[in-house]
Amino acid sequence: MGVKVVNDGLIDPVFSVEQGNTEEEEMKVKKFLRGEVADLKFIKDKKLKGQLEVREELYVKSAKAAAKADKWLMPSEGGFLEPEGIEKTWRIRQEAIGTEVDLLSQRNQYDIVLPDLGPYTLDFTTSGRYMVAAGKKGHLALMDMKNMNLIKEFQVREKVRDVVFLHNQKLFAAAQKKYVYIYSENGTEVHCLKEHGAATKLQFLNKHFLLTSINKRENLRFQDITTGKMIGSFRTGLGHSKLLEVNPFNHLVAVGHSSGTVTMWKPTSATSVYQIHCHPGIITAMAFHSNGHLMATAGMERKIKLWDLRKRGELLQTLPCNAKSLDFSQKGLLSTACGSSVHVFVDSSGSQNYSHYMSHPMAKGYQIQKACFRPYEDVLAIGHSMGWSSILVPGSGEPNFDSWVANPFETRKQRNEKEIHSLLDKLLPETIMLDPTKIGSVKPTRKREKPSRQEKDAEMEAAVEEAKSKSFKKKTKGRSKPSKMARKKQEAIVRAKKPLLEQQAKEEESSTKKRKIIGGEEELQLPKSLQRFSKKAPKS
Amino acid sequence: MKVKVISRSTDEFTRERSQDLQRVFRNYDPNLRSQEKAVEYVRALNAAKLDKIFARPFVGAMDGHIDAVSCMAKNPNHLKGIFSGSMDGDVRLWDLATRRTVCQFPGHQGAVKGLTVSTDGRVLVSCGTDSTVRLWNVPIPSLMESDDSSSNEAKPLAVYVWKNAFWAVDHQWNGDLFATAGAQVDIWNHNRAQPVNTFEWSKDTTISIRFNPGEPNILATSASDRSITIYDLRLQSPARKIIMRTRTNSIAWNPMEPMNFTAANEDCNCYSYDARKLDEAKCVHKDHVSAVMDIDYSPTGREFVTGSYDRTVRIFQYNGGHSREIYHTKRMQRVFCVKFSSDASYVISGSDDTNLRLWKAKASEQLGVLLPRERKNHEYLEAVKNRYKHLPEVKRIVRHRHLPRPIYKAASLRRIITDAERKKDERRRAHSAPGSMPKDSLRKRRIIKEIE
Repeated sequence: MGVKVVNDGLIDPVFSVEQGNTEEEEMKVKKFLRGEVADLKFIKDKKLKGQLEVREELYVKSAKAAAKADKWLMPSEGGFLEPEGIEKTWRIRQEAIGTEVDLLSQRNQYDIVLPDLGPYTLDFTTSGRYMVAAGKKGHLALMDMKNMNLIKEFQVREKVRDVVFLHNQKLFAAAQKKYVYIYSENGTEVHCLKEHGAATKLQFLNKHFLLTSINKRENLRFQDITTGKMIGSFRTGLGHSKLLEVNPFNHLVAVGHSSGTVTMWKPTSATSVYQIHCHPGIITAMAFHSNGHLMATAGMERKIKLWDLRKRGELLQTLPCNAKSLDFSQKGLLSTACGSSVHVFVDSSGSQNYSHYMSHPMAKGYQIQKACFRPYEDVLAIGHSMGWSSILVPGSGEPNFDSWVANPFETRKQRNEKEIHSLLDKLLPETIMLDPTKIGSVKPTRKREKPSRQEKDAEMEAAVEEAKSKSFKKKTKGRSKPSKMARKKQEAIVRAKKPLLEQQAKEEESSTKKRKIIGGEEELQLPKSLQRFSKKAPKS
Repeated sequence: MKVKVISRSTDEFTRERSQDLQRVFRNYDPNLRSQEKAVEYVRALNAAKLDKIFARPFVGAMDGHIDAVSCMAKNPNHLKGIFSGSMDGDVRLWDLATRRTVCQFPGHQGAVKGLTVSTDGRVLVSCGTDSTVRLWNVPIPSLMESDDSSSNEAKPLAVYVWKNAFWAVDHQWNGDLFATAGAQVDIWNHNRAQPVNTFEWSKDTTISIRFNPGEPNILATSASDRSITIYDLRLQSPARKIIMRTRTNSIAWNPMEPMNFTAANEDCNCYSYDARKLDEAKCVHKDHVSAVMDIDYSPTGREFVTGSYDRTVRIFQYNGGHSREIYHTKRMQRVFCVKFSSDASYVISGSDDTNLRLWKAKASEQLGVLLPRERKNHEYLEAVKNRYKHLPEVKRIVRHRHLPRPIYKAASLRRIITDAERKKDERRRAHSAPGSMPKDSLRKRRIIKEIE
């Protein structure tokens, strides 16, 4: 540094840039490392230590390679919206954005007016290529969003409460008036799932192939759509619920109840895994961040609350809004639909502190049913009472897709291939758990606890009962006199009690010994002048 | 206001012509892949199951001998040739690719007990109970070899008659000496009708002999007095000797760690020794239920194959206590000789039922040329399986082997016997004065004494 100061009095610019780069790289490597590097210092087994060291080295190497690829090889960069001067991002209207962006993106701003069969609810495939829209009065429409083609639309002529895609766009499920139906791409009814009943909300776990529904009678059901087997059917019993969401991190299914509680369920247990009381009244909407740590809930008391799920449901932030629908985008933007306007919040600092980012008022009288982000695009789709609309929200979508995870440009062959592979990798329902990173790790051994006082008493009682119930042989020559029998019985009881009592005495003795040792230490701590008055400890 | 939104034109993300490859884009972000560990576990489980489905180790049998196959030799210069000798004095050269006899070497009157090939692959040495050592020219493999093979017959280069019957022969690595085992150990030169040197430690018959692959002058023998002896050709007398409780049938040196050798013992176990430190075995390889007849190391030095009197062939890790693999068929009888092929991917066994059998060293390995993508997939599945091998379900599937009923029963019987012995020993120890019965491990227990 001293040399540099002598040279020109400035910090070498190249040096500072490099340092910034390495810091940024370190952050990225950390992201790809998926946790801390294991500490191998305390392992005594040299062979194991060597093996683990080699493996850890490999992990770091691959994380570095991934970070490098992330830095240099990504084909596209994310969107953004930057105000200049006194502009505020939430005052920028869609028309203004539309004039600035390219033609391809302009096609994503539209309103489709279907006033008769609304309000509409929407769902996207995981790649964001296809969308299915369901009007409450029985209109179902499947669309290819890449070239804005309507693939199929039909009317079921009864109430449709929810619609959800199954593993790809070939199949989708609709919760109708009495039953849940599965339709194929060209509108044929494939299945009628009567067991689900009149479901109010549907969700699909695409790694486990589980179709999940909640109905008016608070029944939560999990059905494996590959085998048709009902994996779990539980009564939640916490009040009427119309909300069902999947945590994308661990695939737990969250149910929002009218009592203001959110419960999380897995298909293998009849009780909820986790409960948070979020609102004093009815919960109206709920959403999960894609990293699974953050949950947003909206209540009737005009509040949106953000919860940290890692810290056993710590409340992070409260936003004022009467939201009917909530959704997190892939990049973590939060959309809220209140009445006839949509607001988008952003966590600009990365510290889970959300602030207002954009808003989009629709015409008065439009009742928004659902607002959801389109995956891998900067688009927010809004289903409302007059059809559906689509607006641009810069910076919401993940700019780079992975062909093997979700590919918006998938061909038929690739889709078939992927279907087979996803079926081969179908996860067992048991893998849905609070912390899915625990799979394959070692459970720490728990020390066996001592039996409690009550257990000891119960054991004693059982032994006494057994001794009492024992019958004695009938013997001659006055040996079976009632007095003798009674004495025998008494002796048997004493005999049964004896080992247990002895054990108790031993334990008590050891505990008093321990106490004595502690007491002895106290005695040693006495001042020297007083020590001669204390009892002398036996010399060992 | 500055705005940018994601906009992907179809041209940039799809192929231009239908002949092109589909374009692939990667994003390694962990947030896009949830439940990675669960997915990996499922893949490991599936890989383990697939391994079981594709485990077809038996490639084929080579028949032609009219008596039990007693010995085999690999040609170090030619991958697909293997020599075999039988109890009726027949010596044959086989082509492993076509599984046919290429050439026969007639001449031995009694059983052929030993076969070996010189390091340059030109001379075959055979010896047998007719007290002769025969040297043969190995035919040079030509393109026409597989056409009319059975009529091919070779003439011996030389026939040396000696005083006693021979039990085994081995050629020096990197030299032109070979050693025969019989009533004594004889060292021969190719051009001399009589042995160059003779070693004798005791009056008992030497039954197997093997030169060290690293040090050409060192050889290990086992004899019917239950001893394993190490000789140095530069000295006039044998170097070291240990006597075990049971006989050692065969010895194999580890080609990658040439100070270590493994002895196939009559007591169903194999014992790995360090030749410099013979007071204790390095590892005891248990699993066979009858005497182990022959042993051969893989050229990688990581595993070895054993053939046993219990009609099975097993493959062990060089440092593993139990076998990795067991091969058996209904028709295979007592196995007298086994060899690992020189590319470590096949195992050849010769048995009492006059057949040679060709097995894959890895039971579920795919034969033939693998495309790079296929190979990568295999590697990935192997890695995933290795990562989750400790989980109970994966472990159960990977470890499971079907055993023939007699072997299963014999194994459980052996387990009962050893358990009873152990228990008895423990009780005896508990009732004797402390320190009067020192505990000694199996690695030491089977050795009676070591003689320098």
